[in-house]
Amino acid sequence: MTAPPALCVDRLSVEFRTRSGLVRALDDVTFSVRRSETIALVGESGSGKSVTAYAIMGLLDPAGRVTNGQAMFDGIDLLAASPKQLAAVRGRQISMIFQNPRTALNPIRPVGRQIADVLIRHGKVPAREAPQQAVEMLRAVGISDPGRRASAYPFEMSGGMCQRVMIAIALAAKPSLLIADEPTTGLDVTTQAVIMDLISDLATERGMATIFITHDLALASQRARRVVVMHAGHVVENAPTADLCAEPRHPYTAELIAATPDSAASLDDLAAIPGSLPDLRRTDLPPCRYSERCPRKTELCAQPLPQTAVGAEHIVACWNPLPAHVPLKLAIGAS
Amino acid sequence: MTDTTAVAPRQSPLASLLRHSRHVLAENPVTSFAFALFLLILLAALFGPQMVPYDPLASNTAQTLKPPNAQHWFGTDQLGRDVFSRVTVATRLDFFIAVASVALVFLMGGLAGVAAGFFGGWIDRVVGRIADTIMAFPLFVLAMGIVAALGNTVQNIVLATAIVNFPLYARIARTEANVRREAGFVEAARLSGNANWRILIGQILPNVFPILVVQMSLTMGYAILNAAGLSFIGLGVRPPTPEWGIMVAEGAAFMVSGQWWNAFFPGAALMITVFCFNLLGDGLRDIVDPRRRT
Amino acid sequence: MMTLIIKRAAMAIPSLIGVVVVTFLLTRLLPGDPAAYFAGPAATPQAIQEVRVKLGLDKPLIQQFSHYVVDLAHGNFGTSLTTGQPVVTELRTRLPASAELTLLGLLVSIAIAVPLGIIAATRPNSLLDHTCRIVSTAGVSLPVFFTGLILIYFFYYWLGWAPAPLGRLDVFYLAPPQVTGFYLIDSLIAGDPQTFAAALKQLVLPALTLGVFSLAPIARMTRASMLAVLSSDFIRTARANGLSNWTVVITYAFRNAMLPVITTLGMVFSFLLGANVLVEKVFAWPGIGSYAVEALLASDFAPVQGFVLTMAAMYVILNLVIDVLYGLIDPRVRLEA
Repeated sequence: MTAPPALCVDRLSVEFRTRSGLVRALDDVTFSVRRSETIALVGESGSGKSVTAYAIMGLLDPAGRVTNGQAMFDGIDLLAASPKQLAAVRGRQISMIFQNPRTALNPIRPVGRQIADVLIRHGKVPAREAPQQAVEMLRAVGISDPGRRASAYPFEMSGGMCQRVMIAIALAAKPSLLIADEPTTGLDVTTQAVIMDLISDLATERGMATIFITHDLALASQRARRVVVMHAGHVVENAPTADLCAEPRHPYTAELIAATPDSAASLDDLAAIPGSLPDLRRTDLPPCRYSERCPRKTELCAQPLPQTAVGAEHIVACWNPLPAHVPLKLAIGAS
Repeated sequence: MTDTTAVAPRQSPLASLLRHSRHVLAENPVTSFAFALFLLILLAALFGPQMVPYDPLASNTAQTLKPPNAQHWFGTDQLGRDVFSRVTVATRLDFFIAVASVALVFLMGGLAGVAAGFFGGWIDRVVGRIADTIMAFPLFVLAMGIVAALGNTVQNIVLATAIVNFPLYARIARTEANVRREAGFVEAARLSGNANWRILIGQILPNVFPILVVQMSLTMGYAILNAAGLSFIGLGVRPPTPEWGIMVAEGAAFMVSGQWWNAFFPGAALMITVFCFNLLGDGLRDIVDPRRRT
Repeated sequence: MMTLIIKRAAMAIPSLIGVVVVTFLLTRLLPGDPAAYFAGPAATPQAIQEVRVKLGLDKPLIQQFSHYVVDLAHGNFGTSLTTGQPVVTELRTRLPASAELTLLGLLVSIAIAVPLGIIAATRPNSLLDHTCRIVSTAGVSLPVFFTGLILIYFFYYWLGWAPAPLGRLDVFYLAPPQVTGFYLIDSLIAGDPQTFAAALKQLVLPALTLGVFSLAPIARMTRASMLAVLSSDFIRTARANGLSNWTVVITYAFRNAMLPVITTLGMVFSFLLGANVLVEKVFAWPGIGSYAVEALLASDFAPVQGFVLTMAAMYVILNLVIDVLYGLIDPRVRLEA
């Protein structure tokens, strides 16, 4: 009997009012995360992965509006929660870390103070002990000489160190869910691996659920137990990692895999994904936003998207999914 | 069948600017209002002296310090002169000072800045040093000093205002010229055989002008306040010439004892005019470069 | 930290030199005869010649300049024709009056403009935001002397709340014993609350006038700076971490937004120093501004020269203080110095 999910996002839809029109950024996004589970939200830039996270956390730009959907966490709907309810959740039960760690930290405040601010805010320690506890957090994320580093400023630290600090801040109140939005983009390769290890270790240690948001399918497949693939504001496929990588059922997923350097035998085999994201301001968007660039398009695709279960925990949103047990090379370009 | 679709004529830059302006004005009622107000002030400046009911210099001892009434809409001052006529006629002088100051500082600052940005080297250093020295002074104090040294005339007020605003224009012009120089305008022009001066005046200055135009509207407001301030302390235009600043100065003493119209109307005229120029400047900024809207 | 101060001070020196040179040139390169200016409008040709020799105006320009600088170094700013007193003494006596007024005006301005800017930024496009912008634009358009007169009309003549605009203290009060020259401070030191209240009453309207004048640029800059900071990455992180609204807006956003505002204060102070002159005239305030204006109207030139020099020097020093203050708040500047 599987435990109830920690976070359950159901039919989330988000719109943005811009000068050039209404952008339908997310449409009916549905997925869930179980306690202690690590999932990955994968897609190219503009697919809506970060917007999903912002919507859940209540961090949407003022021009953005949630037009539909629920995000159930611990019995409350985050999207309809009062500011007071949200305050009890943000940073305390759900935390988030961002890309570009150096700009994501307050430039004129010592990092130790920034950690202490969160500790004090969530009542984890009395104010007097917060600075010391902050130093301990720095140690826990692997920063050497934490006592001295606590009074340093972000600009004095490397990108990797800043990301560690951000992790320390996010984990200070021991949340049960961490959302990591492209945490390693902008860091060099060795540091990337180190940071990902750190997050994974801390998650296991604390039994914390994690949502990795990334455009890097290889990274996602290494770290997550389950992958949710997004395209142009839709969830197109949701499957355990092994299943997804071995047997992608959505044409877009197959293209993504083929475009990932890891899976291609050589650079010659690297395929670019044909076409580009549709303009989300259009009022005539087809129900399947991939259909216009999809080689497997049929007349069925003019209908609203299905949620077809193609395996035990494998859902694909496609009228003409790739057949099972087809080698990857054949899967691409097959119609 | 012959193809009857017409090719749309390519719009000249002026036509597209006008169309863009009309679009901005339609979207922005405040700017349209400022524009209308500006036209009103311009009319008063051009035709005021012909249209006023009384001679602004004619004193009438029987009618001193009368509050606003049907014959004298803004009342009369301590010499029996009609305040409305004086305020309207003063528009011409203050407007002239504003326009002259701005034209002068555009020429001085614009040319110096463009030369500094374009040629670099010692020209840049000299212009920079001059600008720094001017900026080391509180601006009104410097204007006071210049007018005190050179004498109380309208020309000197205009000159002082221009000098005091010089650093700002030089800096803006220099930045723009620098950007253009880097952008390869210059190489292209030189390659086609243009002499430096021709490039400067033909290519760079016209590009710098739109950006300076926004600043010029704001400077017009400042110039009027400056002239009024100098006149208020006795360093500006001399009485009995009608000018808003001295009118406020003359009326100040009476304000304290309750005869407010003497100083109020010229002061209100000052405020409305400067307000108009500031709004216009903001609107022009939207027309010229909407990205810079604050 | 010290290196920062020394560096900034070194950068201020060329400005000071420029100021000294320009004030020198303003008097020596006048059209007409400088000696006639210093001798005064009523002087005979003989008196003018005496003045010319006495002031060394017949010597070469370079020599005159070195004399001028030496005089300045000795604190000799010349003598006033109308009062016969050394200019430097009179400036020194009158400076606290101007300083007290300007500082209080600046304080009033900051106290109103900064919260207004913050609130406008946290509620963009609201009624309050639009009101803030209109008030700012209107404030910038009002001539400062006009504001003063309107305030006098309403609060003194109409409502009778404010005292007559006749200077720093009502006739019935004596100035407190001089410690700083600031009546507010000195009266408190002397333990004299009535004089304190009287001095404060006289200060209200002129300080308010100056405050209204400098409200606009400060409010505008605060609003713009806060808007920019509130949409930055680290504020999003702070919100994501659940920090309270106060912490996010004030401790995180405002401290960062303050930096450009402080730089603006330098420019604001420049305007205030100029506006000071006008306000002193309206309220009959015995400061250095009115001193210079009276001297000007009497064609008494040495005080004007001393005034311009003093104002400019104050401004240079003030900018230095602001630079250092900026360094105190922004560790990036401090640590890279």
